[in-house]
Amino acid sequence: MTNNLVEAKKLHKNFGHVHAVNGVDLNIKSGEIYGLVGSDGAGKTTTMRLLVGALKPTQGEIMICGYDLEKQVELARSTIGYLSQRFSMYEDLTVLENIRFFAEIRGLSSTEWLPRSMEILEFVGLDKFIDRRAGQLSGGMKQKLGLASALVTRPRLLLLDEPTTGVDPVTRQDFWQLVIKLVSGHEGGGVSVIISTPYMDEASRCHRVGFMKAGKIIAEDTPSNLRARLNGRVLELRGSPINKLRHVAHQDVDVEDVAAFGDKLHVRVRAGQADLIMKRLPDEIKAAGGTLTDLRIIPPALEDVFIALSESNHG
Amino acid sequence: MFNSRISSIIRKEFLQIVRDPRTLAMIIVMPILELFLLGYAATTDVRNISMAVWDQSKTTQSRALLEAFRAADYFVIDYFVSSADEYQALIESGDTRVALVIPPDYDRRLIEGDAQVLMVLDGSDASVGATALSTARLVGQAYSTKIMNGQALLSGRTSSSAPVEVHTQVWYNPDLNSAYFNIPGVIGMILSFITSILTATTIVRERERGTIEQLIVTPIRSWELIVGKLLPYVILGFIETFEILLIGHWWFGVPIRGSGILIIATSGLFLMSSLGIGLFASTMANTQQEAMMTVMMFNLPMIFLSGFFFPIAAMPKFLQIVSYLIPLRYYLTIIRSLLIKGVGLAAIQSEVIALVIFGVVIMGAAALRFRKRLD
Repeated sequence: MTNNLVEAKKLHKNFGHVHAVNGVDLNIKSGEIYGLVGSDGAGKTTTMRLLVGALKPTQGEIMICGYDLEKQVELARSTIGYLSQRFSMYEDLTVLENIRFFAEIRGLSSTEWLPRSMEILEFVGLDKFIDRRAGQLSGGMKQKLGLASALVTRPRLLLLDEPTTGVDPVTRQDFWQLVIKLVSGHEGGGVSVIISTPYMDEASRCHRVGFMKAGKIIAEDTPSNLRARLNGRVLELRGSPINKLRHVAHQDVDVEDVAAFGDKLHVRVRAGQADLIMKRLPDEIKAAGGTLTDLRIIPPALEDVFIALSESNHG
Repeated sequence: MFNSRISSIIRKEFLQIVRDPRTLAMIIVMPILELFLLGYAATTDVRNISMAVWDQSKTTQSRALLEAFRAADYFVIDYFVSSADEYQALIESGDTRVALVIPPDYDRRLIEGDAQVLMVLDGSDASVGATALSTARLVGQAYSTKIMNGQALLSGRTSSSAPVEVHTQVWYNPDLNSAYFNIPGVIGMILSFITSILTATTIVRERERGTIEQLIVTPIRSWELIVGKLLPYVILGFIETFEILLIGHWWFGVPIRGSGILIIATSGLFLMSSLGIGLFASTMANTQQEAMMTVMMFNLPMIFLSGFFFPIAAMPKFLQIVSYLIPLRYYLTIIRSLLIKGVGLAAIQSEVIALVIFGVVIMGAAALRFRKRLD
């Protein structure tokens, strides 16, 4: 047996003729934060649901903490905490009643659940709201309740499906602090986290990131290694008018993509072409009647990498 | 059998039921509403039927006959008429429903022993007509018996050679009180409606609101989830049974002649079918509305073919056969027999067996379809 908490091999999930997940392999180590990113419909949620056994894979096998998810499903699930994309606590029950329900149903005894629930509610910062109905919580508090409920039985593996979508930046920050504390051993220790997210700043906080497209993981690496793929290939442009600059940059044969970031442009160029483009782009802009105030090679952001991967023809 | 997982589900269900005032009101008020509707408005008892009389004889004997009709409590003599046209007009206008015509030679023919009177009935309302007809026959028979007895005494014959007596006995429910018939039916109807709707919606609601996704990833087993979800509604079903029985007994005077244990046991058996239908419907629906519609699809034909509203014996052969597939049919027979006749288990055993078979089949089918998964 390996020390991988999650081992998924050749996962396939078809809905009719749609291949939502099309051959995914995943290996998650203990204490790892693994980010699953990709555009909507890439298969992130379906992958998550396969990993918790909410969906049955069309093909492939999953081992969770050494348990076969198909044959030892209840044992495997007892090691999992799962926060679904949709809020799935009972809105007509209070915070404490929700936690109690999920604690007991997951096997905490009548003497264990209360101290444990209070501990975890304090950890997520909901201990002042135990008597509030879940339906009356704010979006961020709902997510924290979901997290608390997923953590109440001290799972070894935490699956978070877009936990911060629609949550304000401050709460997102809070939420991530909680996740990082969990993994660094403050709570239980050695917890592994699989998190799906559409946000690149969140992806860059993960130890490893898997990029999904059309049901496949087409790139998987640490955020810095992923960024390194585009080293020397991203230029930053400032000048005016910005639309003219954009148009001119697009015309260049060696430019793959132009993306606007406020008052500047990120231009992704073909490998090895950066220096040549740096030379000819100012002239092209001048010829078109634009002014260039700044042009330089910048370290690529994860976002640049993902845009590049999204457009690629992998898979 | 009550492990902690099941009891947490049960506690959660009760909390949710208590927090949902509309459902709670439906659970408590609906039986009372139905009970009073069917106990009063839907009564098929006919009393105080307006009657017109054309007494062509006008003798002591004819007046005595009228008195017999009056005493029967079913008829009120509102009009005395003196021609056929008159009572015809009264019946046509709906002012009266029955006309009694006593011929001029009534006295003489009574002595000869073949006295005949004419009853004209308005048959447009079948139930009033039928009651009027049967009551008139009863009154006539009883009265003629009395006269024959009187004649026997006059002619000095001994009682051993008394004229033929007409026995008319209505068993169990001598007043033909329709509440006796309807209220046990209401128990069956409420049990099948409320429990199947509630179970179907409570399960589908988890799916609709997304909470099922959280439930799925807990180690709870499918059967534990089913038991935990259904048990609160079993308890509610029993509360409703008692509610209806008590009101039926104290307010409408419906007797409870059979054994209480048998009533509870057979009601529990019927609940199994009804919850099974709810569970089955929940596996076919994705929204609470769909669940409601699916349950109605099961329940409406069930109610109509159960013999609650229309006697099964009067149905076409095909529908009679279909009615064998309807658990409510068996339960209605059982609960009516237990309450009104006070029979023992032996008298209802075939119905009980039918309920067991139906309950096991529908529960089994529903449990097999029930998947603790999203797909």
